[in-house]
Amino acid sequence: MIGDPTTFQPPYAVEGHGLVKTFGDFRAVDGIDIAVPAGAIYGILGPNGAGKTTLLRTLLGIVDPDAGHRTLLGDISPLRRAKEVGYLPEERGLYPSMKAFEAIAFMGALRGLPLKIGRERARALLSDHGMGASVDKPIRQLSKGMAQTVQLFGTIVHQPRLIVLDEPFSGLDAINQEKLETLIRAQARSGVTILFSTHVIAHAERLCERIAIVAGGRIRFEGTVAAARDRLRPQVRLRTRASDGPWRAALPADTMADDGNWHFDLPESGMEPLLRALLDGHAGIESLSIERPGLHDAFVAIAGEVAARQMEEEAGDRGEQAA
Amino acid sequence: MIDIVRAALVIARRDFTAIVFSRTFIFFLIGPLFPLLIGMAFGGLGEKISSDSLRPVIGLAMAAGDAGRMEGARAALVERVGERTFPELKRLPGGGDPAALLARRNVGVVAIVSGSIRHPVLTGKPDDIAMLEGDVSLIASAAELGAQLPRVTVTRRPVVTSTGAQDQARLLTARAGQALIFLLTMLLAGMVLSNMVEEKTTKVIEVLAAAVPVDAIFLGKLAAMLAMSFVGILFWTSGAVALTLALAGPGGLSALPPPAVGWPLFVLLGVLYFAMAYLLLGSLFLGIGAQAATVREVQTLNMPVTMAQLLIFFFASYAVDHMGSPAEVAAAIFPFSSPFAMIARAAQQEAIWPHVAALVWQGLAVVLIIRLGVFLFRRHVLKSGSGGGRLRWRDMFSRAKA
Repeated sequence: MIGDPTTFQPPYAVEGHGLVKTFGDFRAVDGIDIAVPAGAIYGILGPNGAGKTTLLRTLLGIVDPDAGHRTLLGDISPLRRAKEVGYLPEERGLYPSMKAFEAIAFMGALRGLPLKIGRERARALLSDHGMGASVDKPIRQLSKGMAQTVQLFGTIVHQPRLIVLDEPFSGLDAINQEKLETLIRAQARSGVTILFSTHVIAHAERLCERIAIVAGGRIRFEGTVAAARDRLRPQVRLRTRASDGPWRAALPADTMADDGNWHFDLPESGMEPLLRALLDGHAGIESLSIERPGLHDAFVAIAGEVAARQMEEEAGDRGEQAA
Repeated sequence: MIDIVRAALVIARRDFTAIVFSRTFIFFLIGPLFPLLIGMAFGGLGEKISSDSLRPVIGLAMAAGDAGRMEGARAALVERVGERTFPELKRLPGGGDPAALLARRNVGVVAIVSGSIRHPVLTGKPDDIAMLEGDVSLIASAAELGAQLPRVTVTRRPVVTSTGAQDQARLLTARAGQALIFLLTMLLAGMVLSNMVEEKTTKVIEVLAAAVPVDAIFLGKLAAMLAMSFVGILFWTSGAVALTLALAGPGGLSALPPPAVGWPLFVLLGVLYFAMAYLLLGSLFLGIGAQAATVREVQTLNMPVTMAQLLIFFFASYAVDHMGSPAEVAAAIFPFSSPFAMIARAAQQEAIWPHVAALVWQGLAVVLIIRLGVFLFRRHVLKSGSGGGRLRWRDMFSRAKA
């Protein structure tokens, strides 16, 4: 049976416990526990070499773990559930001589979808997404972005219950990235579980209900995006006319000062006592804002500054390549 | 198992259509015509060259009368036993030292007969003397007898059955069948070597490996290449039959002596043994080729693989002449030489059951080789399993673990 989102789904679409995968002396996945709730959009964040791809390949059954165990859609043998899974690998792969609609139908056929139905759906998918003119074109004649879209359609043509996307946004321009986000949301609305890896924090922040932050082959954080952000205290940004006075004693000890601008974590006691001290001390408040930390800040705090900078550089490089 | 076969068919279908409907496939089909045409064009010339130039020439440094009698005797013998048997004779100016004559350039003879008919002296290199001594003696004897050379008439008594002749004839069929299967396997199975390179360079392998078991990928690729080979063989066979009918008429098809199991079964076994030889070598080549990362690596592997094929053929070829010997039994049992040895058996022995057993055994060997190829592919290319370490049978036959 082709994936039907209305059928019973276990509480977790994907589970892995104590997963270890080594290549020689290198531990790419180092004792990872993960549980992706059915129907969720779940993001795995981490810089290159963090172990994201190896983790996904292990969960999908492309490689076997050296230790630990996994279940995919409730099955301990992932390939047995292949018909209900769609997978877009990080390194895109299509036969250059195949026509676009044939490539999509072929990928569906690999997952058990009859070729006739696959061809019909492929034509419809391409037409619906403004690629009707490319239906009969060989892949080698398509642009990189279009070929990537064809492969994405090949990933969903058989209407899987679980879609696994490895760095799906890399190589796409801004317009196509937005289209992909829309498509992911549409799939999730129909009950499909989406598991994707990315090093672009913004995508994860916009799309994901839950995330796992991976670095050095280990999960450093697992939970909702809100929970990740809640690990950091809100930031207070204050601008005063006065540069000194008794009110300064009310500011936290680690406050950063910059020409009348003050930056500090929101105190445990809240804003009211601080505000009172500022007013009583005639600090001359010009502006005051409380900012909730973004996922990027949370990532920096969790995975470390180096990992965050690496991810930003990678995102920049890939953006340039896509452009 | 059904899932593996279904997935293999999807992959086989893709590969088959990609190859057969490509422009290059036409070159694949007409490729064998080139050597055939060249062979036909140069065949007559080659035969003339071999009969004229390769026949040794003996110089006659004798008195004119003796030389004339020698030539007459040769002509009389040629009339009885045919032209090809005897060396050419060429008169040389007499009186000189034959050894000195042979040392000169442009003499154009291999050895020189001097002396007289009754006491001929043959001068030449030891090997040439050993080869020509009998011929010279026979020609000289005939020359000595001259017109008195007796001619004994042979009474003809034809028979329908001659076991010895039949055995000889079947040996010819055995060799022909073996050579044909080997030629086709060598031409076609080598192509499997590079079969995984496209998937690896285009990264399609990741899509395939995530969707279907690697066994299905291997099986599908082998099936596609086998089907493609059968298309080629059907094309070539049709061409060959049409050509034979056109040139030699319906009788031309029965030029080969009938095999022991009869033509229909022999042809069927030929097809099956070709398929098995192809699958056996193909699965091995696919396994080896799958380890290669680039086309260059595959090209490097081509030569040792061809040499290995030749060795197997020589082994099976040797066994044909020694039916029932330990070497022949070994050739029939060793999976890679088994199809070649068994087609030779089909030509020479009537028993059917060894073929059933051999086909089952060869099929089993194909499965084992595919499993080994899959295991190595998963371990070294997909980097599945713990990497390194010993090759364990249990790992080879285990599916993806939980």
